[in-house]
Amino acid sequence: MPTVEPVGATFGARLPQPAARAVRHMSQISLHACAVMIVASFAHAAAPAAPAPSAPAATQAPSAPEPTISIHDFSFAPLSLTIPVGATVSWKNLDPEPHTVRSVDDQFRSGALDQNDSFSFKFVKAGTYKYVCSIHPQMVGTITVK
Amino acid sequence: MSSDDSIAASRRGVLKCLAFGGAGTLFSLAGGVLAPLDLALAATKGRKSAMLDAPLFVQISDTHIGFNKEANPDVAGTLKQTIDLVNAMPVKPAFIVHTGDITHLSKASEFDTAAQLLSELEVTELHTTPGEHDMADASASEYFNRYGKASANRGYYSFDTRGVHFVGLINVLNFKPNGLGALGSQQLEWLEADLKGRSASTPIVVFAHMPLWTIYEPWGWGTGDADQMTSYLRRFGSVTVLNGHIHQIVQKVEGNLTFHTARSTAFPQATAGNGPAPGPLKVPAEQLQKMLGLSSVTLKRHPSTLALTDSTLA
Repeated sequence: MPTVEPVGATFGARLPQPAARAVRHMSQISLHACAVMIVASFAHAAAPAAPAPSAPAATQAPSAPEPTISIHDFSFAPLSLTIPVGATVSWKNLDPEPHTVRSVDDQFRSGALDQNDSFSFKFVKAGTYKYVCSIHPQMVGTITVK
Repeated sequence: MSSDDSIAASRRGVLKCLAFGGAGTLFSLAGGVLAPLDLALAATKGRKSAMLDAPLFVQISDTHIGFNKEANPDVAGTLKQTIDLVNAMPVKPAFIVHTGDITHLSKASEFDTAAQLLSELEVTELHTTPGEHDMADASASEYFNRYGKASANRGYYSFDTRGVHFVGLINVLNFKPNGLGALGSQQLEWLEADLKGRSASTPIVVFAHMPLWTIYEPWGWGTGDADQMTSYLRRFGSVTVLNGHIHQIVQKVEGNLTFHTARSTAFPQATAGNGPAPGPLKVPAEQLQKMLGLSSVTLKRHPSTLALTDSTLA
C-alpha cells in the first residue's frame, strides 16, 4: 500500500488510522475464525466419536449477538441503529449489486461487498457515525454509539 | 433502409470500412453548434470530410471486469469484441481513454484480467480515470498501484496531443451523502492553474468517470461541484467533456461545451428514474450488443473542432 499514501495526502485524510484499524479488525476476525477451525479440527481428531461441531460460532460466547444491518434494495436496514460502546456491527449485502460501507469521516471502510458478503466494525468510542455506500452514495445510514 | 441499391451498397462499404457494426450517430461540433449526422448520410454525402479523418482517440468505459450476473455473464467477451472493433479501424487512433469502472469489485484479479484483455489493443497508449467500482477496495490502492503513475497518484492529470489539451479528472472520491460525485477544492485549484494561460483556441477534452453535469440527482448521476470546473472551461472555443458511469449515451451542449456520456462495454443501465435504483439492465440477448459500444473522437482542422462518433458492438 505504499504507493497510495501520496493520494491520501493529496485528498486529505483519505486513509487515516481508523480505516487501517478496520482492516486489521477484519483480519483479526478471519484469524480468529481460522483458529476456531483449527481447534475444531483438533477436537475432531482427538474425539472422532463425538459429533463434529459444525458451527464454530458455538465456541464464541459473546454476551449479546452482533447487531446486523442488511443491505437490500439499495438501502441499509435499519437505516439508523443505536448500540452500546464496544459493540460490533456487521453489515451483510443481500443485493446482487455490490455495495460498500464507508464512514463519511473515514472512521471505517469496507471493501466491495458482493452478494452475501459481510463486513464488521467494532465501535469503541461514543458518537454518531454517518456512513454511505461509496458505489451508490445516495445510500446513507447512521450508527449511534452511546 | 434506402431502396437505392447504390446508397445501400455505399452504406455497407463505409460501415465495413470503419469496422463499426452498427449505425451510429456522428456529431460534428463546429463553433459550439452540434450537428448530428446519420452515419449513412455521412457515408453518401459527407464521406470525404466526415469519414476520412483519422480518429484522434477512442473512449471505452465501464468494462466492469468481474461482473458475472445475468445482464451479461461474459463481460470479458464483450470487451474483447470492443477491442476487435478498435483493432479493425483502418486508421488507428493515437490512444485509448478508459473512463472508469475498469473492474466491478476492485479485486486484484479483476484488474489483472482487465490489463490482460486491454493488452490486446493494438493501440498501446492508454489513459484512464477510475470509477467508484475501481475504488471499492478498503484501501483504494489496487487502481493506483496500476494506473497511478500518470497522475502521481492524485487521480487528475493533463497532457497534450496534436494541439489538443486533455485533462483527466477524478470525481469518485470524497462522496458526499447527497450521492453526487465530487472533484474537491484541491483538484479544482489544480485545474484552474492547469488551464490558465492556454489559448482559447486550444481544443480541450476533459474526461472523468461520473457525469460532470447533473443528469439525475436521485441516482447520483452528477458531480456536486462541477459548476466551478465549467466556469474555468467557458472561455475555450471547443470543449468536449466525456464521462461514463451511466452506461448509456446522454448528451448536452452548452455554449462551446459538449457533455457526452459513453456506453458501457459490459451491460446497459436503465434510463434515469426508470426503476427503483440504478443497476444492470437485463435485456434480450439479441439486444445486448446494440446497447454496448465505444465512442471515437476525430480532430477537425480549420477551425480546430472535435467530432464524436458512437458505435455499438452490433
